[in-house]
This record gives sequence, structure tokens and C-alpha cells, in this order.
Amino acid sequence: MSQDIFVIIEHLRGRVADISYVMLAAARVLAGGVGGKVVAVLLGSEADGLAADLAADRVLYVEHPALADFTSDAYQRVLEGLIRDNAPCAILFGDTSIGGDVAPWLSARLAVPLVSYCRSITAEGKFVSQICGGKIMAEGDLPGPTALVTMVPGGFKPEQGKSAQPPEVVRVSPPALEGLRVAVKNYIEPATGDVDIAREPILVAVGRGIQNQDNIEIAEELAKAFGGVVCASRPVVDQGWLPATRLVGKSGKSVKPKLYLALGISGAPEHAEGIGDSEMIVAVNMDPAAPIFDVAKYGTTVDLFELVPALTEQVQQAKGG
Amino acid sequence: MNIVVAIKLVPDLVEELAIDETGTALDATFLRLIINELDNHAIEQAILSKEHSGGQVTIVAPDVEGADDVLYAAAARGADRLIKLAGDWGGVNNHAMAHALAAVLKTAQPQLVLTGVQAHNDLDGAVGPQLAELLGMPYIGYVSGVSLSGDKAMVRKEYPGGLIAQVEVTLPAVLGIQAAEKPPRYVPISKVRQVMKTTKIEEQPAAELESIGGATVSRMFRPEAGERATMLEGEVDEVAAKLVAIFKEHGVL
Repeated sequence: MSQDIFVIIEHLRGRVADISYVMLAAARVLAGGVGGKVVAVLLGSEADGLAADLAADRVLYVEHPALADFTSDAYQRVLEGLIRDNAPCAILFGDTSIGGDVAPWLSARLAVPLVSYCRSITAEGKFVSQICGGKIMAEGDLPGPTALVTMVPGGFKPEQGKSAQPPEVVRVSPPALEGLRVAVKNYIEPATGDVDIAREPILVAVGRGIQNQDNIEIAEELAKAFGGVVCASRPVVDQGWLPATRLVGKSGKSVKPKLYLALGISGAPEHAEGIGDSEMIVAVNMDPAAPIFDVAKYGTTVDLFELVPALTEQVQQAKGG
Repeated sequence: MNIVVAIKLVPDLVEELAIDETGTALDATFLRLIINELDNHAIEQAILSKEHSGGQVTIVAPDVEGADDVLYAAAARGADRLIKLAGDWGGVNNHAMAHALAAVLKTAQPQLVLTGVQAHNDLDGAVGPQLAELLGMPYIGYVSGVSLSGDKAMVRKEYPGGLIAQVEVTLPAVLGIQAAEKPPRYVPISKVRQVMKTTKIEEQPAAELESIGGATVSRMFRPEAGERATMLEGEVDEVAAKLVAIFKEHGVL
């Protein structure tokens, strides 16, 4: 049993994901409290260069052609062995398309408890998780002697997990990776639509509160008055009311407009993740407890179907005058 | 193709959530349970796959309040077999649920198991990957499209920024669905009523529900209102005027 903290580095097509640095920052805090080392675990093929800016005491690097792309099957096998051999006290994953495929599997496999949706960790070993779409926080002690954790962004800044000093890299032999049942065939690039919402200075965003496809028209009108464009949260895109190119959040684009006007968006963490770099967020939602008001600068609970036409008119006047 | 969809019901976030007197859990008294939204997409994906490739769709749900309605609605959309797992589901975590589902699925022997990739109250990790481990099947999550051919499936796996990986998986497998290829279909209540007369919900006892494998919550609370938004009050026209003033000051008008 060691007091080391494992951070499973997430990377995709040659780039380390920001969540990896967030996890390293959390691991530093926890390691400071328990007196262990921060060990970054990097799996890949010709990927050791990605270790250069990781704020870790040591990097365990596992190289294998089958690790060139993320697959749950290969990652599960490699990590199961590493955890059994090294017995760290905590193993941090992203609550993402990578960590989410692996951490719960390992929890069942190794009978090691798992804490998900974790937003912050303290030196004393406390976790705070963000559940119920960001409406409720759950706090407790990380289970022992070993805990698996999946982390969401927001509690630490990625910069806190970067270092100018390259860490020591230790190569570890991979286990046999034969008979894998999962294989990446190819990638499909994000569709380049009519507009790139990541570059637009004014975004009018619609969420579930817009109720139906026809109502998107009023948001379009408002966006037009501003000279901005309409974007959306996941439920709107899943309903097919707007194309995937307009999706903001964890599975869509991260945006950084001067104004992000959120109409009928609750502000679940998956959405909030994509709007943190906005200069100003203004939210319209009839639920005063909606988490969107925690990230917005200004908010109102008036009915969006009454407000938007009135606002459109006033914006048109302001533009005209 | 034998497809099983494992679903769960979760608190409806539209309703106000209260924390109970222990301060460590949600107050169940006034909770309204609805189907986990992504499980609803998993049902839709199963029915789409059946329509495309044939087979049978079985839905498995814990026997909690509201489960019958959810199951009958699934049948009205095209599911063939409905199973509810009887047991004391109060405070049961996903580890226990995965064990209960695994016990059922070992006898059902599906080629494809679908679940929603996550639920908003998954404090101990999603059900899907745990279930996959217990069944010895591969798992792929964040899936937004499935096409079946023989003993393989090609799935669309989502990554941040809109990137999609086309991933091939050998069946049987468990998939965590982020979105069905088409939005979940609507069925009129009259059709659900009709189905209630012709479709039976099979009741099976759940295996022992032992909620280990998670953390103990010592405190549950609402997010602290640190820098909460400045709320604009008044009639609609007043709020609109205040917003226009803010926009002007901010230089976007």
C-alpha cells in the first residue's frame, strides 16, 4: 500500500486534455495532505512527449501500438495491472468519454470504491461532488484504503497542473494486449457548419425551456437584432431542433463570446463547462434555483416567451437609434 | 438480436429538491421519479436497432414508484418484454443495481445491453461499465449511434468538441448511450393504455441489494451562493430595458 496518487492522463490525438491538468492540481493538494507522490499515468504509442508539462513527481509511461487510440478494453487491462502492482491510495480519472468508460469498470473489477462527479478534493481527503445537474453538492471522506475518483472541471484551474520542469518518466512494460474486443476504425471531424459558434461574439443560447422547434424562431429574431447567432444545450440538439454544430458544452463546443444570453437553460455542469470563458453571461429561467444563475452575471425569472419579443424590439430600437 | 435496456428512475430536477433531516441525502418524501433521460435515449436506440436489424427488446427497471408507467410507455414505443426487479430500492447505489442487473442478464443472455451513459445521481459511477465487468462484456460509453452486423457493432463514440470516433466492438457488449440516432418518439396516451391491456410486466426478485462500492456522504447541501447572478426584477418591459442598458454598458449594443 502506498500513499501515492495516480492521475490517469487523458489525451486525444496528440493533445493532453485540460481535465488531466485539473486532476494533477487536485492530486497535488491531496498528496500534500497524505504525504504521497503525484504519479501521472500515461498510456499511448509514441506519446511520451506528452509528459513534458505534467506537474507530477513521476510519470509512468506505458507504450504499445494498441494504445495509440483510447479503447476501454486496452486501458482497462493496463490500468488493472498497474493498480494491483502499485496500490496507490487514490486514482483520479476525468468524468469524461475516457475516464467514464474505465473507472466504473475498475471499481467493479477490483472491488475498489468509486466517487464520481467530484469537483474538488481537500488535503484532508474530503471530496465534494456535484450531482443532480449541479443543484446539489455531496461531501464526504474519500473511501480507503484505495479510492477511484472521476473528476469534473471547475474546482481547480488547468494552469495549476502544469509545470515548466519536465517530470521523471519511468517506462513500464505493457501486459499482453491480444484479443481486444474494441477497435477504433476512424475519426469523424466535427462538422463545419454555416457558423463557428466558438468565434462568435454574441450568442443567444436556447435550452429545454424553449419547449419546441417553432419557438426557436423568437431566439433567431433576437440574435438577428444583435447581429449574433443562436446556439443550444444538449436537449435541443438531441431533439433535432438545431444542428450539432450549434451545440455548446461538454460534448459540443466551448465558447468565449462577449455576451452569452441563455434562454431556458438550467445550466447543468455538462453545459456550464462550455461557457466558463464567456465575458458576460445573462440567464433567463423561470426556476430561481437553476444552476445557470451561479455562473451568470445577471439573471431574471420572467417568462422568456414574454421577455424575448420585448427585448428584441428594444434591441432593434437601440441599434437603429 | 436479443437487446436488453437497463434503465433507472431518478429525481425529476424540475421539482424542488429538499435535503432530509440527516443532512446527508435527498428527502424522498416529495421526490418525483422519472426515467433517466439518457436511459430514455437507450430505449429509443434499442427500438431503432430492432426496426433495422430485427430482434427482441427487453426493458429491465427497478420496482420503484413510477416504474410501471415508464415500462408501459416503452412497450407502446416498441419494446417486447418488460421486467421489473422487486426489492427494497430505497438508497440503493449503482454498484448494487449493477449486481442485481447482472444476475438477471446472465440468464437472459443478450447480445446487446444498452444503458444511458450516465444519470445525474450516479455518485458511485455509471451502471453500464460495472455491469459490463460483471458480465465479462466489453463496454463503450458516450455512444450516439449503433449499427449492427453479425457479431459486431460499429458505434459512434463522442469526444469533446464534437469529435466522433467510429469504434468497432465484438458482441455481446454493453453500450452507454448519450443520444439515440433519432429523438425519442412520442406515443399517445391512448396507445399506452392499449398496451397496458395486452402486455404484462414480469416481476422478478432482485438479487441482494448491498450498496457497497461508493463513498459515505457526510453532508449534502446546495451550491453556496458565492457570486450568484444579480437578479433583475420588474415587469417584462422594465427587465428588457434594464438588459438593454447592461448590454450598452458592456459594449455589445
